[in-house]
Amino acid sequence: MAATHHDALIETHHDHDHDHHDSGGDTVFGFWIYIMSDCILFATLFATYAVLSTSFAGQITPKELFDLNFVLGETALLLLSSFTFGMAMLYANKKQMKGMIIWLSITFLLGSAFLVMEVYEFYHFSNEGATPQTSAYWSAFYALIATHGLHVFAGLIWMLVLFAHFKRDGINEDNLVRLACLSLFWHFLDVIWICVFSVVYLMGVM
Amino acid sequence: MSTQALETQHSHGGAAHGSVKEYVIGLLLSIALTALPFASLMFELFTGPVTLMIILLCAVAQIFVQLIFFLHMNSSSEQLWNTTSAVFIVLIVAILVVGSIWIMEHLNHNMLMGH
Repeated sequence: MAATHHDALIETHHDHDHDHHDSGGDTVFGFWIYIMSDCILFATLFATYAVLSTSFAGQITPKELFDLNFVLGETALLLLSSFTFGMAMLYANKKQMKGMIIWLSITFLLGSAFLVMEVYEFYHFSNEGATPQTSAYWSAFYALIATHGLHVFAGLIWMLVLFAHFKRDGINEDNLVRLACLSLFWHFLDVIWICVFSVVYLMGVM
Repeated sequence: MSTQALETQHSHGGAAHGSVKEYVIGLLLSIALTALPFASLMFELFTGPVTLMIILLCAVAQIFVQLIFFLHMNSSSEQLWNTTSAVFIVLIVAILVVGSIWIMEHLNHNMLMGH
């Protein structure tokens, strides 16, 4: 695609790899802009959470429910998955299919384990009497955490789709661009989780 | 420019590739910056306000660690637009979050306290 445009660019960007089309760079940058707008979505949810952080309506409080060991486990899974995705990216850029698939599979398992823990946590909290209907606080809590969880779920589905793409076409330019976009998305979710565990869980039990 | 340099420095719209060393350093720093706030809260190492400061500072520090070591953000000209948009978003997010809290605090204060 846009071969002449690409050739023209090589004239001016000597340090660009010849296998790479500039359209890929544009795609990744466009995806970066999407991620920046996603930050605003999470900012509104965090602002809502902060405003409602003491609106318990006389019902159960987070202090009674939050288990920091459990949250530490979730955090470890997501942080490690961010690292393993980085390793998958390195193998992909070296065009080593096997290493890339192994690291991406580990990432997928870690992400799935995180999601299982989160769903279990929701189930546990609901059983203890903290549902989204319980109070404004718990509405804000579930809205924020579940939105992050949905993003992780979307990332996992995307990973499965990428496995199919790589199986069909191998490591080509299009797949590398897709993987680069997913890697931005995955690291971004980890950054959001840092805010979640700090603001919601750690400050919630103080 | 050598092939080695191409592998580590070539970028996709500013998204540079990084190296194993970079990811390992990023991981170790992230683990430290996660362990510190968790430990200070779980083992009650410090007083309340100090713990709060540790939680917030470690969170901000870890966000920077991940942006630099995992997302490979830097101040190079290739990444100019990535960084520009990120700075813009930080501004918007700050206005949104601080503004909301500020307004609602005043609302609560005026409505409920009767001052």
